[in-house]
Amino acid sequence: MAMSQIDPVVIDNAESAVSTRNISKNYGDVEALRDLSLEFPRGQLTSLLGPSGCGKTTLLKIIAGLLEPTSGEVEVNGKTVTGPGPDRAFVFQDFALLPWASVIRNVAFGLEMRGMGKSEREDIAAKYIKEVGLGGFEHSYPHELSGGMRQRVGLARALSVDAEVLLMDEPFSAVDEQTRRKFQEDLLALVQNENKTFIFVTHSIEEAVYVSDQIALLLPRPSRVHEIIRPSNFRSKGVDNIRRDPEYLDIVDEIWASLRTYVE
Amino acid sequence: MANRALYLKFLSAVLLFGAWEVAGRIPVSFAFPTFLESMGALFRMIGDGTMATAYAETLRPLVVGVAISAFLGIAIGLWVGLSSFFEWLFSPIFIVMQAAPLAALIPLLVLAYGIGLTSKVLVVCIMAMPVIVLNTAGAVRNTPESMKEMGKAFLATDLAIILKIVIPAASPVIFAGLRLGISAGFIGAILAELKITPTGVGDIITYSRSIADYPSMYAAIFSIILLAVLFLNLLEKIETVLFKGNQRGYVSD
Amino acid sequence: MTLFGYRLPGMSSLILWGLLWEFVGQSGMTFFVPPLSEVLSTLFEVVQTAAFQKALYETTYAFLAGVFFAIAIGIPVGILMGKNRLLDELLLPWVNVFLSAPLTALVPVLMVLFGFGMKAIIITTTLFGIWIIILNSRAGVKQINRSLVEMAHSFGASPLDAFFKIYFWAALPEILGGVRIGIIRAVKGVIIGQLLISIVGFGALFELYSANFLMAHFWAVLIVLFALAFTISEFLAYLERRVSYYAAKR
Repeated sequence: MAMSQIDPVVIDNAESAVSTRNISKNYGDVEALRDLSLEFPRGQLTSLLGPSGCGKTTLLKIIAGLLEPTSGEVEVNGKTVTGPGPDRAFVFQDFALLPWASVIRNVAFGLEMRGMGKSEREDIAAKYIKEVGLGGFEHSYPHELSGGMRQRVGLARALSVDAEVLLMDEPFSAVDEQTRRKFQEDLLALVQNENKTFIFVTHSIEEAVYVSDQIALLLPRPSRVHEIIRPSNFRSKGVDNIRRDPEYLDIVDEIWASLRTYVE
Repeated sequence: MANRALYLKFLSAVLLFGAWEVAGRIPVSFAFPTFLESMGALFRMIGDGTMATAYAETLRPLVVGVAISAFLGIAIGLWVGLSSFFEWLFSPIFIVMQAAPLAALIPLLVLAYGIGLTSKVLVVCIMAMPVIVLNTAGAVRNTPESMKEMGKAFLATDLAIILKIVIPAASPVIFAGLRLGISAGFIGAILAELKITPTGVGDIITYSRSIADYPSMYAAIFSIILLAVLFLNLLEKIETVLFKGNQRGYVSD
Repeated sequence: MTLFGYRLPGMSSLILWGLLWEFVGQSGMTFFVPPLSEVLSTLFEVVQTAAFQKALYETTYAFLAGVFFAIAIGIPVGILMGKNRLLDELLLPWVNVFLSAPLTALVPVLMVLFGFGMKAIIITTTLFGIWIIILNSRAGVKQINRSLVEMAHSFGASPLDAFFKIYFWAALPEILGGVRIGIIRAVKGVIIGQLLISIVGFGALFELYSANFLMAHFWAVLIVLFALAFTISEFLAYLERRVSYYAAKR
């Protein structure tokens, strides 16, 4: 692969916002993760990609502080993670919206938990609701929204707490293909405009290659990093050209070649 | 199309009451008055105030018993749902109570507490409480895991997770449990009046049976069933309005 | 619940409650609660008495007969309601009414119409159990996957074949769920019927014990009754799980 740099050691001049050191996670006798170390460069989007059961969501939840690793540690900005913190925000696969609360109350939930006053937090929430394109739906309820719109609410909630690291657990897997493409384009703009570090779990090869600055390819049983891929060329060519860029197509093929033996 | 449903409901009521009328006219039994006779007796008793006094009497143990069961039942249910120790300690009792014919306890309650209001309230409580406790506990335990994780990820305290996520998420099922509890409470209240001492509506039923005034007896029975069904339907309507957007999917009996 | 790393079995707390019962009984706090040990030793005497066996026999008979009618009438009516819209719209309001109505109020009517005996108790039992069986059978037929029906058509199944090879099995999990709840309600119905018509079965036995203040006897019979009811309900839940393994996969 001439066009993509394949290098498990730290790359570029970007420093790491998040690093995981020798993470292992056992559930009883089952080894979910073994001795996994990864660096997540600041301001970039890193995908965790792998077949189902490879522990990518487990790793993300360990970074979030929702799960405790059996051994090893996670550092965010040099500080060891002991639980959820204000420096990280989570976007859930099933949206995890409160069905009895309006959009604006859902988006403001994280700020409410930080003890911010009602009018202040709703001003901030309203700003992010507009930013994700849901202006006018502030007082709707989740059941009145489509799947795609619900995930925009989840995204606005994560953005509004202004965390440096955004953790996204297969955020687009429950929305339809067309909405998903729009989301992917919006996500690229978001990475560009917000100075945040994104960690993105997906099982879609095309999606990972399309949105990522860095792809960590995980293989299962027990889960380990098989390869780190950094697409280099096509990102600057504009969203419309990525899917027909030769490098994009090569990387997709290469990843499939590594994964195909692990898919039942 | 909405009209069709309404017409059919009306038609089905006419058919059932018509069958009642015809069976009463044949008559199928000396103790089977016609529909119109029974309705006549009903309106007579409403008119002369018999019904109002009777229901004042009947509803007292029901209201007190349901209030106690709701308060204690939800409190215990929350406790059982949130703590694995209390679940281990209490849930077997309520599971057995839910399956068991608790009515069999009535003779014992009468021996211990006499034939007054206390016994009747207790009858309503033992009928109504198990389903309220079990529904509350089940609902609390079944709070979607990702919602609780969401709370943790956004730095909610344990108390905030219970108050802002677990209880609101559980409230539709808790409310449904209350409705089922009230339905069982009606059974208990009537059972108490028929078995312990005839008061209120139970008195009308027992007394008119003893003097063979069957229209009054049927009217009293008709009225209590109508009241219970209307009230429970009202609760169900409130439930749908109140929890319109919430996810459902829990059913229990 | 785990204790020192061991998982305590689900129902083990009942042992603790039993000890508490024994303690309260031994302390002589109240005449109405004799010690559990006394109740249990009485239990062995009681189950051998002719009066108990007669009550058990009569109750079982009334219960089985009541459940038989509830199932034999309930399932076909429910299936017909599920298949025929007019019938459904005519009957459904009444099924819903009787499902939530306090049926205890009807027992006096049954008493005057059918006499103070077995017949009235059997009908009470049926009335308690039948409505949920009808409702669930109807729901079972209604939820059958359209594509299963179309599949049967496309492979040329005759209506009879389609009914017995597809509809019945597809609706079976719901029907069984209804039968389980119906039977649990029927247990309560048979006891309520006997209490109100207190010259048969356990109703008569309770009258006898409470008239003579035989507390240990009373509790012994209650334990037997509750244990039987609980066993029936758990057994039915077990059966339902065995048969409904495919319910979630439709």
